[in-house]
Amino acid sequence: MKVLIAKPGLDGHDRGAKVVVQALRDAGLEVVYTGLKRTPEEIVAEAVQEDVDVVGLSILSGAHVPLSRRVLEGLRAEGADDVRVVVGGIIPPRDVEALRALGVSRVFPMGTPLPDIVKAFQGELDAGRT
Amino acid sequence: MKDLKTHAGFPIKPIYGPEDLAGRDVERDLGRPGEYPFTRGIHKHMYRDRLWTMRQYIGFGTPAETNTRFKYLMAHGQDALNVAFDLPTQLGLDSDDPRADGEVGRVGMAIDTLADMEEAFAGIPLDRVSVSLTINGMAAPITAMYFAVADKQGTPRDRVVTTPQNDILKEFVARGTWVYPVDPSLRLVGDLIEYSARHYPRSNPVSVCGYHIREAGCTTAQEMAYGLAIAAAYIDMMIRRGMDVDDFAPRVSFNFTAWGKIFEEVAKFRAGRRLYARMLRERFGAKNSKSWMFRALIGGGGSAFVPQEPENNIVRGAYIALAAALSGAQTMALPTYDEAYTIPSAKAQLIALRTMQICAEEAGAADTVDPLAGSYYVETLTNQMEDAIQAELAAVDRMGGIVDAIKSGAIQAEVARQAYRFEQALASGEVPKVGVNCHVAEGAAEADPEVELYTFDPKVAATQLSKLARVRRERDDAAARAALRRLSDEARGSTNLMPAIVDAVKVYATLGEINRAMKDVFGEHKEPVQW
Repeated sequence: MKVLIAKPGLDGHDRGAKVVVQALRDAGLEVVYTGLKRTPEEIVAEAVQEDVDVVGLSILSGAHVPLSRRVLEGLRAEGADDVRVVVGGIIPPRDVEALRALGVSRVFPMGTPLPDIVKAFQGELDAGRT
Repeated sequence: MKDLKTHAGFPIKPIYGPEDLAGRDVERDLGRPGEYPFTRGIHKHMYRDRLWTMRQYIGFGTPAETNTRFKYLMAHGQDALNVAFDLPTQLGLDSDDPRADGEVGRVGMAIDTLADMEEAFAGIPLDRVSVSLTINGMAAPITAMYFAVADKQGTPRDRVVTTPQNDILKEFVARGTWVYPVDPSLRLVGDLIEYSARHYPRSNPVSVCGYHIREAGCTTAQEMAYGLAIAAAYIDMMIRRGMDVDDFAPRVSFNFTAWGKIFEEVAKFRAGRRLYARMLRERFGAKNSKSWMFRALIGGGGSAFVPQEPENNIVRGAYIALAAALSGAQTMALPTYDEAYTIPSAKAQLIALRTMQICAEEAGAADTVDPLAGSYYVETLTNQMEDAIQAELAAVDRMGGIVDAIKSGAIQAEVARQAYRFEQALASGEVPKVGVNCHVAEGAAEADPEVELYTFDPKVAATQLSKLARVRRERDDAAARAALRRLSDEARGSTNLMPAIVDAVKVYATLGEINRAMKDVFGEHKEPVQW
């Protein structure tokens, strides 16, 4: 499995994203990290170019709904519907369903244990898909 | 018996005694409170003369909404402000920039022009309130707006007390609100320090932050070491620009966290104070004793807070307040218990303020100076921390110094490595977290925490956009353009850019326009990702 961990929008908090990158690599996954402040369009282009299976968006600014929507729409427009999108960060409980309804496969709110995230990537991602 | 370690990695013994301090020159290491090397605190009587300043971090939505919250907290005894700006403002984007879509007014208040700053501080007497501005990449233009508002209120320049964060080096390591490459970014930091020293003698033009680097994952010793190294880089730059160290160093301040193990935190600050004092006196030749003082805002530490059983975060906040008080903080700010979820509610802000007041008034933490002095454990930890901080400073030197280590991404990679190690220690239970990896309540993970969630109002962006359009329409456009052209021209040279920025702000050039005028000359930073 190949994963793109991405920081969309203007949020500069990358501790979580970098921790997840290291954990997934230790678990044997191939992981690309975008760095900070990417636009949804740049993330879609990189996901397509790198031919990844999953895009993981890390968002702590509160702008997770509009940013996730733009990434999902961009992937569809590129015919990359098969790329799954997961979201982590400061996600209030009431927004988890909103993100799932947009087509986000899994949401990892603040406080999700790291081993749970790794396990989800290791083949269990589909289990949580609606 | 279970092995225990500090966050810096020192083994903790069950008992400490006089043998742990054998061979140390206590008189030299400690000195007296208010005297070099300030191990015991920078003032002789500390809180008996003046309690720490209480300065909660606030800002959201429009300047008008933020103004209302400022006044609410001031009415409840908060004596200073600490302003949060939204991300477009922090990055120099106007609210109508496509990249600002969805982020206007979200994590702080939106500022596009001087008109917004005037509204944010309407009815707040700037000659009597000290105001911290949490702004870095855009510190020069935002502080210029603050100075302009103070001028308009008729505040004498020597009565303006403001602390723009203006610490760009830590933004490259953690937090990420950089815009320009490292060198022109440093020039702007220096321009603001120099301009403030000349014209606003009571303003504190840089607040050096170990805090955000620690929040990003580094150890306690690294937090202090990186903070000291960054301070040294700024001081060295100002001396090379031709300033006398004593002309600006008395106004350099610090922003550090105190979450974690209480005694280790206290030791970190005691060791940091004496290392800073020695650095300023011995390495930089400062003669004014105020230049030797490590003045600090201590607090923060939202990374210690968890969404599980969120009310427990109130208790965590109380221990942070205690650690900050025992550490000799000049200013304190606490995270709110709902921070892991949402923009703080007014109730959560008030609880944080009350926590500090209870710590000061009821718990006795402010009754006497440096109450842990003489404790075998704390004195031993202070010595160990001093050694560990020096070892980390030597490691920075081996990376080519802090500026090169930031340009190459070496520091960022080390911080990320430490963050991962900490996360593994949490997962294994080596670092305990109540309600997370120990004492976990049945069904707690599924419980919907009863936290009042901030509802983001989409009207905020619309209000901000129409106000920006109106300011653009009503201003003297030719004057704004001329001021921006002058700024670009001066950016190509090497003069201090603050006068040009102040003039541009006063004719209502927007933050985005001012940023662009400089970005056209400076270019943009490319993040070194060492992965």
